[in-house]
Amino acid sequence: MTRVLLFGRLSDIAGWRERAIEPEPASLSVLHQTIATLDPILGEALTGPGVQAAVNRILVRGDVALDRGSEVAFMPPMSGG
Amino acid sequence: MEVRLQTAPFDPGDLLSVFCAERRETGAVVSFTGLARADGGTTTTLWLEAYPGFTDLEIERLGRGTIARFSLQDLLVVHRIGAIEPGAPIVFVAAAAAQRRSAFEAVDQLMDYLKSRAPFWKKQSGPDGECWIEPTARDVADAARWD
Repeated sequence: MTRVLLFGRLSDIAGWRERAIEPEPASLSVLHQTIATLDPILGEALTGPGVQAAVNRILVRGDVALDRGSEVAFMPPMSGG
Repeated sequence: MEVRLQTAPFDPGDLLSVFCAERRETGAVVSFTGLARADGGTTTTLWLEAYPGFTDLEIERLGRGTIARFSLQDLLVVHRIGAIEPGAPIVFVAAAAAQRRSAFEAVDQLMDYLKSRAPFWKKQSGPDGECWIEPTARDVADAARWD
């Protein structure tokens, strides 16, 4: 099971904050395709400007392989302080 | 260095007093307190979202860079999450150093990074509805000054 977390406006677009995806996608790009099939609007939002991904709480760039049981977070532009 | 994420309100004066206590080799402590703005009544609540287990580690990573760059003796970051009313403190940063210049610059840099590079997401709620606040071009340029 791959655990997907959405933050900020992405969770509002999706209507969920956390979801298990099965069967487990082998890579971030496959996960993205799976999400885009389930929810095309969310799929498009995930490719929007400034959206970053973290796999098992480490920021990644581009496509990466996903181990079993990975936690993948999609994060829109960050704004603290 | 200490990093705290908390839903509970905090008193910046209390934090500063504790941070300053028992420092015989510190010449300067500089602190910054960020407050939630009402923006002329358009904001009645700010909602701060974090990614527990990631946000705190990212702030610690940014903080280690600040400590090394400005030769700090100590650093404290307290950031609220959850619902925050206008007028309430959101963020507190304090830096201790031997000399004042590095303490001033350290707080300036870390705040610039917290504004656009720390994993927080901020939603503004008011009479006109809700909207997510994204970093402005100014926020991005402020952070880039230190790269």
